[in-house]
Amino acid sequence: MYSHGSESLIKQAREIQEPELQKFYSRLVKLLQVKELSHETLDSLQRLQLILSANKYTRTLPAELQQRLVSLLSSPAEQLQVLSSAVLRETLPLSGEELNYIQENTSQLNTHATALLLSRAGSRADLSKLCAQLISALESRPSEGSPPSLMFTLPVLNTLFTLSPECLTKDHVTLLSKKLVDWLRYASIVQGGGASSGGFFMGPRSRQPLPIAELDGSVSGDFFTVLCVGQGFTEDQWMNVYSFSMLRHWLLSYDTVSSSSTVVDTANRLQLSLSLSHSLSNDDRSEVEGSVVSMVSATSSSSRLLPPKERLREKAFQYCQRLIEQCDRKAQKKADTELQKACLVEAVCILDCVCVQDPSMVFRAFPCVKALFGRLSSDLSFARVLVPITQFYLNHGELAAVDCGSVWKLVFGQFPAELFNDPFLTHELLRFLRLNLESVKLRAPEFIRFFPNILKFLAWNSPAVVEDFVDLLPSLVTAGTAVELLHSLLDLPCLSATLVLQLRSSCLPLSDPGGRGLLSLDAFRNPSFRGFFLFLLRTESGLGDTMDRLNTLHELLAEAADWPRVVQCSQAVPVLLHVYFNTVITVADEKLLAHLILVMLERSGLLLSMATYSREVHRVFSCHLLRFCKLRPSLVVDQSRELLEFAGTTANVYRKEEVYTHVVWLLGEYLSASTDSRCSVSLITSCFEALEAVLFEITSSAPPPGTVCPAPRVITSLMSALAKLASRSHDLIPRVSLFLSKLRTISRSGSVPWCDDEEDLVAIVTRGEELWALLKAPSVAQSVLTPPPYVMTPRWHRDINLAMPLQLRVLTKLTHSQ
Amino acid sequence: MVRCFLIHTVCPVSALSAGESRVLYSRVFGPDESVLTEQQRELSPEERRLLHKEKISVVAQVRSAIFLSREASSQLLVETVLGEEAVAMQDADSGVVHLRVGDPFTAEMSALWLGVQSLGFTLVCEPHENLLLAEGTLRNLTRHCLENLHMLGQGSEQVLLKSNRIDVLLSRLLSHGQLLFLNHRFTQILEKEASAYTAK
Repeated sequence: MYSHGSESLIKQAREIQEPELQKFYSRLVKLLQVKELSHETLDSLQRLQLILSANKYTRTLPAELQQRLVSLLSSPAEQLQVLSSAVLRETLPLSGEELNYIQENTSQLNTHATALLLSRAGSRADLSKLCAQLISALESRPSEGSPPSLMFTLPVLNTLFTLSPECLTKDHVTLLSKKLVDWLRYASIVQGGGASSGGFFMGPRSRQPLPIAELDGSVSGDFFTVLCVGQGFTEDQWMNVYSFSMLRHWLLSYDTVSSSSTVVDTANRLQLSLSLSHSLSNDDRSEVEGSVVSMVSATSSSSRLLPPKERLREKAFQYCQRLIEQCDRKAQKKADTELQKACLVEAVCILDCVCVQDPSMVFRAFPCVKALFGRLSSDLSFARVLVPITQFYLNHGELAAVDCGSVWKLVFGQFPAELFNDPFLTHELLRFLRLNLESVKLRAPEFIRFFPNILKFLAWNSPAVVEDFVDLLPSLVTAGTAVELLHSLLDLPCLSATLVLQLRSSCLPLSDPGGRGLLSLDAFRNPSFRGFFLFLLRTESGLGDTMDRLNTLHELLAEAADWPRVVQCSQAVPVLLHVYFNTVITVADEKLLAHLILVMLERSGLLLSMATYSREVHRVFSCHLLRFCKLRPSLVVDQSRELLEFAGTTANVYRKEEVYTHVVWLLGEYLSASTDSRCSVSLITSCFEALEAVLFEITSSAPPPGTVCPAPRVITSLMSALAKLASRSHDLIPRVSLFLSKLRTISRSGSVPWCDDEEDLVAIVTRGEELWALLKAPSVAQSVLTPPPYVMTPRWHRDINLAMPLQLRVLTKLTHSQ
Repeated sequence: MVRCFLIHTVCPVSALSAGESRVLYSRVFGPDESVLTEQQRELSPEERRLLHKEKISVVAQVRSAIFLSREASSQLLVETVLGEEAVAMQDADSGVVHLRVGDPFTAEMSALWLGVQSLGFTLVCEPHENLLLAEGTLRNLTRHCLENLHMLGQGSEQVLLKSNRIDVLLSRLLSHGQLLFLNHRFTQILEKEASAYTAK
C-alpha cells in the first residue's frame, strides 16, 4: 500500500533547491492573477502545500504570494479556499494586520478561513476577538433564506471554549444557551429541501411539506432530534444536530466559562436544598419524594421563567428522554443502529451531567435509566452503553436509594468474562474504574472480589492496559485477597493461554480434520482437565488460593509458551509483581508476610516454563524477600524450618540461583540471638550443617548434566553465611576453617570442575582467605560479622567518637572565616 | 473534540530507521498549545518543531500498539487491491491507545486507531468524548479515504497529492474537530457535497 512513489515525492519536495523554488513562486503568482480557475493553478497550489509540509523548517513565502493567498480565502470557489487555507497553515504565523484583514474583509467567514484563524491565532486576545465575532454573527442572523455556511460556528465555539474558556463572557454564555434551547427543542418538524406531499398533478399551492420521519420509517410525532430523517433538512434542523453534538461539553463547561452564578440561581438552589434537608431530617422517604417532586413539577410547568442555564438543562433532559425512546425503534439502516447506540451513550451521559448539576432531577431521570438498564442488560452487544449507565448508578444510586448490586454484578462479573477481547470496552471500563476508584471502593466494595475477572483484561491485552493496572492494582490488594492475588498474578500467562484456547475452541470445530491439532486445545476440551481451566477462568475470588497439581497444568500449556500473546503477558507480570509487593507490605501483618514468604519459596519452582519468565520472577522475589525480612527480621527465625529446607536442597542452587543466594544471605544475616531471642544454639547448628552439606556437594564435583556451573556469588554467599553462623557459635569455627583451607589447597592444583572461569576461582579463594583470617580471632569475627545494632545505625553527632572531629572542623572554619 | 487526525505508515519504510513512521497526512484542530499556555511566544519554527514532535510521538505509540496487537493475534496481512475496499475495512484491526498526561499532550488523550494493511488512521480525541461515535467517524473517514484516493494497491501518492480532498471531507464530517451525530440522511447529504467537490 505504501509505495516508492510516495517516498520519491516526499524526497523531491524536501530537496527542492532555492532558485527552483523561487521560479515556482513567481509562476504561481502569475497563475493566480488569471481570473479563471484552472487545473494547473490547483495542482500548483497543492504542490506548494506538499513542499511546505514536507519540510520540518518553516518557509516564508514572498510577500506578494502571501497576499494573494490571503485574498483567496474569500474566493467563491471552495477549492481555492481549501488550498489557500492549507498552504497558509503551513507558513509562519500571519501578522496581526493579516489576521485583521481576514476577519474584517471576508464578508462572510467561511469554514476554511476560520480554520486558518484558529490555528494561526497569536494570542488569547485573538481568540476572544474571533469568538465575539462568531457569536454576534449567530445573534444577528435572519432566520430565513440564508446560506448554510454558518453551521461551522458551533464547532468553532466548541473548540474555543474547550481550549480557551475565558474567551466567552457571561453574556455570550447566556446568549448561546438561549440559542441552543431554540435549536434543540423548537426546530421545525417538517422536511426541508422542498420535499412535499401531493402528486404530480397537484399545484404548488396545495403542496404540503412532508413531516419528518423516525428511523423505522414511521411518521414522527414529537420534536426534531438527531434520530429523525427527511429528504432534506432546514437550517434549524442542521443546527439541531450541531447543537446536540456539542451539548454535553457545553453543559460540563458553562459553569467554568462564566464564573459566578446569578442570584436567581442561588435562590432556587437554596430553596431546593432546604426542602430536601427538612424532609430527610424527618426520616420519611415519601415526604422527600413529595416535596421534591412538587418542586420539580413547579419548575417544569413554569420553565419559561427559569434562567437560561436551568432552562437549557430542562430541555436537554427532555431531548435525552426522547432519544432514549427513539432508540427502542428498529432502524432500517445498519449505520443508524450504530448511531442509536452512540446516542444512548450520549443521552445517559448528559442525564448524568444534568443530575450532578441539579440533584432534584435524579428522581425524574432514574426511572428512565433503570428501564434502559433492564432492556439492555441481557444483550452483550450493548455492553458499551452500559458503562455510562453504571456511572449514573454510581453517582446517583445512593440519592435515589436504589440497589445497584445487579449493575455491579453485570459489569464486573459478566463483562470481563465474555468481552475481554473488545479493546474499546476494555479501555472504557478500565477508565471508568480509574476515574471513580474512590467512589467505587466506597459504594461497590465488592468489586475487589471480582479481581480474577478483571485480570482477564490484562491477560488478553497486556501492552495496552498494563499502565492502567499499575494504577488499579493497589486497590485490589487487601489482607483478604493478598495470597490468592499473588497466585493469580504468577499464573497470568496461563490465564492468557486459556483465554486464547477458549476463543479458539468456540471457533474451531470439535474434531479438526487437518490433523495438526493443538495438544493444549485437546487438553482444554478434555473433561478430566476441566477443573484446571475452570479455576483459571473463575469470575470471583474466594474459591481457593490456588490449585493442586499446578505442574500438570504447566505441562499441558507448555506449547503456549511461545505464543505471542502469552509472551507479551509474561513481560507485564514482573512490573505488576513489584507494584503488588510494594502495596502488600503496607497492609500485611507479620503472619501474612510469613505466609507470602512461603508462597514465594513454593512458587519459585512452579512457574510456566518460558524463556526469561522464571528468571525475572525470581529477581522480583529476591528483592522483596529481602525487604520483608529487613522490615521484620524475626520472620527468618519464624520461618526457619521452611527456609532451611529450601536452602538445604542442592538442586535449588542450579534451578533457582537468584532466590537461593538471597535465602542463604538472609539466613546468615538474621539467624542470630540478637535479632530474635528464640534463636537457639541448636538452630544455628542445624542451619550450619544444612548449608555446609550443600557447599561440600557443589564444590566437590561438576554440576549435573544440563546445568551450568554455579555463579561465584552463590559460593561466596554460602561461605559468608557459614562464617557468620560460626562467629555466633564458636564450636563451629574449626569446621569452617578446615573447609576454607582445603579450598585453598584444591584451587592451587589448577582448575576445578565446578568453576569455569579462572578469575572467578581467584575471587572465591580470596574471599575464603579473608574469612579464614577473620575467623582466627573469634571475638573480632563476631563483631564484624554480626555487628550490634548501634553500629549499623549512624548516630552522627550523638556518637562521641564521631562528634569530636566534626566539632573541631566547624570551629576551625568559623575562626578562619574571620 | 478531536485534537488531530493522522494518516501514517505502520510498515517499515526503507528511507527511515526501523520503528520510525512516515506521516502522510496530518490535520490538527484548534490553536497551538503554546498559544494557550502563558509562555512567551517563541520563534514559530520552534513551535512547528514542537507540533511535529507531538505528532511523531503519537504516531510512534500507535505504531507500536498496532504492531503488538497484530503480533498477538498472529494476523497475516493480506494485500487487497483496488475495488476491495469493503474487504480491507472488514479485515482492519482497531484499538485505542491511552496517551498519558505530558506524553505528548498536556492533558490525557485517547488515540483511536484503525490499521488497514500498511497504513494507520489515527484520531486523537479527549478521553471524555463519546468513543462509540468517534469509532464510527473514524471508520467512515477511513472508508472514504480508501475509496476516493484509491489507496489500495500502489496508490498512496494520492494522499500526498490530493490532500485537499481529505481537508474537505474533514470539514464536512469532522467540522473543526467536532464529532457529529449524523444519521444516514445527513451523512448522505454531506458525502454528496464532498464528492461534488472531488468531481470538479
